[in-house]
Amino acid sequence: MAETLTTTMGATDDVQLAPPSKVGDRIFKWLAMVMGLSVGALIVIVGFTLWRGASMSVHHFGTGFLTGSKWDPVQEVFGALPFIYGTLVSSLVALVIAVPLSIATAVFLTELAPPRVRQPLVSVIEMLSAVPSVVFGLWGIFVLISWLRVHLFPWLQKLFGFLPLFQGPNYGVSMLAAGIIIAIMILPIITSVSREILRSVPDLQREAAYGLGATRWEVTRIAVLSYAKRGLFGAVVLGLGRALGETMAVTMLIGNRPEISTSLLAPGYTLASVIANEFSEATTDLYLSALFEIALVLLGVTILTNILAQLLIASTAGPKTSRAIQ
Amino acid sequence: MNLTKKLGNLAVAAMMLGLATELSAQMLINGAGATFPYPIYSKWFDEYAKVDDSVRFNYQSIGSGGGQKQILAQTVDFGASDGPMSDENLAKASGKLLHIPTVAGAVVVTYNLPGDFKLKLDGPAIVDIFRGKITKWNDTRITGQNPGVELPGIDIVVVHRSDGSGTTYIFTDYLSAISHPWQAEAGKGTAVNWPVGLGGKGNEGVAGQVKQTPGAIGYVELIYALQNKLSFADIKNADGKYISPSLDSITAAMATAKVPDDFRFSMVNASGADAYPIAGTTWLLVYQTQKDPAKGKKIVEFLNWALTKGEAMAPSLDYAPLPKGLQDRTLARVKEITF
Repeated sequence: MAETLTTTMGATDDVQLAPPSKVGDRIFKWLAMVMGLSVGALIVIVGFTLWRGASMSVHHFGTGFLTGSKWDPVQEVFGALPFIYGTLVSSLVALVIAVPLSIATAVFLTELAPPRVRQPLVSVIEMLSAVPSVVFGLWGIFVLISWLRVHLFPWLQKLFGFLPLFQGPNYGVSMLAAGIIIAIMILPIITSVSREILRSVPDLQREAAYGLGATRWEVTRIAVLSYAKRGLFGAVVLGLGRALGETMAVTMLIGNRPEISTSLLAPGYTLASVIANEFSEATTDLYLSALFEIALVLLGVTILTNILAQLLIASTAGPKTSRAIQ
Repeated sequence: MNLTKKLGNLAVAAMMLGLATELSAQMLINGAGATFPYPIYSKWFDEYAKVDDSVRFNYQSIGSGGGQKQILAQTVDFGASDGPMSDENLAKASGKLLHIPTVAGAVVVTYNLPGDFKLKLDGPAIVDIFRGKITKWNDTRITGQNPGVELPGIDIVVVHRSDGSGTTYIFTDYLSAISHPWQAEAGKGTAVNWPVGLGGKGNEGVAGQVKQTPGAIGYVELIYALQNKLSFADIKNADGKYISPSLDSITAAMATAKVPDDFRFSMVNASGADAYPIAGTTWLLVYQTQKDPAKGKKIVEFLNWALTKGEAMAPSLDYAPLPKGLQDRTLARVKEITF
């Protein structure tokens, strides 16, 4: 473009201009590359630091650390299984609640809502993501937990008490309570990203479907949701990443009991919570090292679930509307 | 670890440089550790600034574990801990590390039961509740101690701290002292493997959980219970008397506790008719040989002030001051610090 400009100008004016300098381009290229690589380097450094901190525990417990379910700081016997279980289950519960809600909200905002409603609603959802974790936690302790214990949980037990998922004593604080609070916290990010994805679906798609005589629901289902499937998956993965690492609100509501229970009404524990709870008072080397290994496991779980999710996305057919997200 | 230590040193150096240009003549002494005594320590540092304005104390309440680690790594000038340091950790110190007891506090057993009465509990009943051996409030092992009180037949919900804390250390120290099964199964520490119960984060987490759950029982710091008007139980002491936790009953326990020469003492289940059994002290950790003479001098001056004038301020913040005998012994130990 610049070159054509120079030649045309040169031809009419007969003045030779210096070729444009490439220095700026080169600096930009390098700068962008360094920035890009530094993100990768950061993960490597974090991983390496955690590995070094955890090496004592890794040598001491071996794979028993991942399969052990006893966490005893006094006897110095550490097993991470209940924490891994708690992290995965609480995130899964959160996704089960948040994904339908978020995608339905996004569909409403892009396909159905009149503009007068749309903008205020978008603002409210975006504000939700600005609320600090600890505020959700406090609200959880003082409002949500008592409501769950008195109303929702007894009702669940009455209707679905035959399922092992809803058996056992009802304390309020529980895996389900933690899942609900995580769901509220990941709702804004999944909704916002899904909305952007749905907005990027070309109007031609919709018009074509309408042209074939499809109803509004059919248009949404076939022309929009199906078209945007991969992108929506990407949005869910972003939400999952947040759910796995959520700490403060979870530790306030999950009951902090390192036990594996089939009941969602029973207390549990997560990897992130045990680090937050015990790191500051861990005095012995092995104890501290075990907490480092918990962090390493959390990093591993996060990376693994992300890879699995990417594979899942890759295996679903569909146009590549989601490139920006991946 | 070496890198973090270097970074820590750099950070401290940078901070000191910054301050040096700002307040040229003022010396900065850094400390870190226990959260339990943080209110009284910050009051002391405030008040001491009026006594000696050439020195300023900076205290980070990052937890006892962090306090022990930082004084061992010498990234701070003094540490603070709610539990005594283990022999293993003391052996890592590059010089002789002194435990200087400052103030004491108690841990109370708080509960949520209908009716207005003062619950009475003895040690074995508390152990059995926290081991899950007593599960109903109308168990005879509880009702037997509370004649004239109608206790409901509801489930007991045990609540303990989920975060590592000095409060848990004192409470489990007491349970271990009176019960062999407890010592064998769970033991004592800032965090233990609880046989039963829910974990709440911080005093507020435990208190909130207890307040909202009918039939719940938990333990919190006395100061927190007093400030938030929680109901708490009278506990049967080693002399067989039910004692209400108070500053007087803590000081009484400290007076009869056997204090070894290195001051790493436990005062749970102390003898004496007026002693409250679930109490513990908190320590400052300083090296006996101070490397920086100017700083060492200021630290000793401060300790002398804190252990005399400072102690007098303790009751106003609901901390129990050291009894006279222990105060004199501690002051004598401070004199042994060289610089």
